[in-house]
Amino acid sequence: MSRRAPRLDPGGTDLPVLLPAADHLQRRAVRERELGAAVPRLDWRHGAVLLAGLLVSAGLAQAQSGEGQEPVLEVIVRWLPVLLEGFLFNIVISFLAMAFGTLVGTWLGLMQISLLLPVRTGSWIVTQFFRNAPWLVLLFYCMFLLPFEFTIGSLTIPFPDWLKATIGLSLPVLANVSEIVRGAVNSIPSGQWEASESLAFNRRQILWMIILPQCVKRMLPPWMNLYAILTMATVLASVVGVSEMMTQAGRVLAAEDRPGLLIPIYSFVLLCFFVYCYPIARWTVALERRFQVKL
Amino acid sequence: MEWSWAFDWAREFYRETGINLTFVYDSFDRDRLARGFMNTVYLSLICLVLSVLIGIAGAWLQGSKLVWTRRIVQGYIQFFRNTPPLVQLYFFFFAVGSLMPTYENRFGMQEPMLDNFTWAVISLSFFAGAFNVEIFRSGIEAVPTSTVEAAESLGYNRLQTYRYIVLPLAFRVCLPALNNNLVNLVKTTTLAYAIAVPEMLYMANQIWSDSVNVPETMTFLLFAYVFLVGLLVWAMHSWERAMRLPGYGR
Repeated sequence: MSRRAPRLDPGGTDLPVLLPAADHLQRRAVRERELGAAVPRLDWRHGAVLLAGLLVSAGLAQAQSGEGQEPVLEVIVRWLPVLLEGFLFNIVISFLAMAFGTLVGTWLGLMQISLLLPVRTGSWIVTQFFRNAPWLVLLFYCMFLLPFEFTIGSLTIPFPDWLKATIGLSLPVLANVSEIVRGAVNSIPSGQWEASESLAFNRRQILWMIILPQCVKRMLPPWMNLYAILTMATVLASVVGVSEMMTQAGRVLAAEDRPGLLIPIYSFVLLCFFVYCYPIARWTVALERRFQVKL
Repeated sequence: MEWSWAFDWAREFYRETGINLTFVYDSFDRDRLARGFMNTVYLSLICLVLSVLIGIAGAWLQGSKLVWTRRIVQGYIQFFRNTPPLVQLYFFFFAVGSLMPTYENRFGMQEPMLDNFTWAVISLSFFAGAFNVEIFRSGIEAVPTSTVEAAESLGYNRLQTYRYIVLPLAFRVCLPALNNNLVNLVKTTTLAYAIAVPEMLYMANQIWSDSVNVPETMTFLLFAYVFLVGLLVWAMHSWERAMRLPGYGR
């Protein structure tokens, strides 16, 4: 498949003309090319800054507001159920989109390494199509063109907008999962294929029993990074009017009608995302470190 | 109009099939879509240039001897790397934008000093610039001092060393990561829709609201974006292949 895109193999030179920074950059480019987006790198200081931002802006807003007004943090606590309900939507959307994207994307990725040319080319085109389309445009596409309910005979299945947004977000995910799978399978040394062929495994057996089990290790970190990117992208659903956290935050601001609340509320939104994404990011880094040595 | 044959087929097509391509036969819609397309291209180009400039300046500042300069640049990178670009856009447009002074336009209305297009440019350039700082920094770090010393021993002065040795090597090392970032930037320009910048998505939205031809416009829009990004990816990959460092990588 190297004819499509230039190969980016870090290291692999007997001419050490460049320092390790070049390898880092190369590795990063490979990773980002698979994921189609930059990987967020969180550490605890980001959370500390967000928390400080929330408290300072709340304090400032408090100092500016008049006497009889409710403290800013109490306002946030009062609206907490509404905001967290929105956040729950974000998590549900990200979970479902990831599940659907992984399921379809894995098959698409396996089709990309098929021996049949039409299957290979077809799945490559689908993958590239959804990888190159901007997330927001795909989201719009699904929001506007999927029906709001399906009617099968007398049975009517409602199709709420958050479900449409889920499908819209899962399209770029499946394309990137497909790339991750293809990249992982291609990264397994050809000796593994040859050795298992010499042991009389057929192609399906080789793939399922020898190649894919080894791929899982390599796929797990980018897959989790993709999940982090997807979680951050779920706020896009607010542009098309799904009641997720950003939308709810906007509604809270409209209901309260206090300009000073703008920064505290949005800091709180960011803090929620941080609290959710931080453990995932740490775990991914740990996994990356563990698997790097083995390869 | 001698060009009308190029567009009139769509009217006939609509009558026969019911597929309403207003943005082909209707000159008003066509102009709107073309303007949207041009705005997307402008926005991408301006942000592209600015983000590269920010990247160069930031990489230079990161090599500074002052601790606080380095810390500020690091903080900037961390902020823009780890928050969703949509949040950044809202932050600039609604939070910073509301603090900016306004002026009175010729109709006697108060108008903000910077319009939404400018805010989109600022926000997206800073977003892409943050990644470029890191990329350029690693690119320069990748060139060993021994190479620079070798150039010096051959009689190159500082400028020549940069011009002929460090930058060509660093640039080639940076190119793949830089390309990813620029492609990403073009995709991210769609977010400017959220603050009503008249780029392609926004214009398409107006067309389908007026002409009620959502599927047609939507499909065209999707293919237009895929074409635009695909073209960019293809061009960048060819460039990358042409600029490959011989002997580096397999």
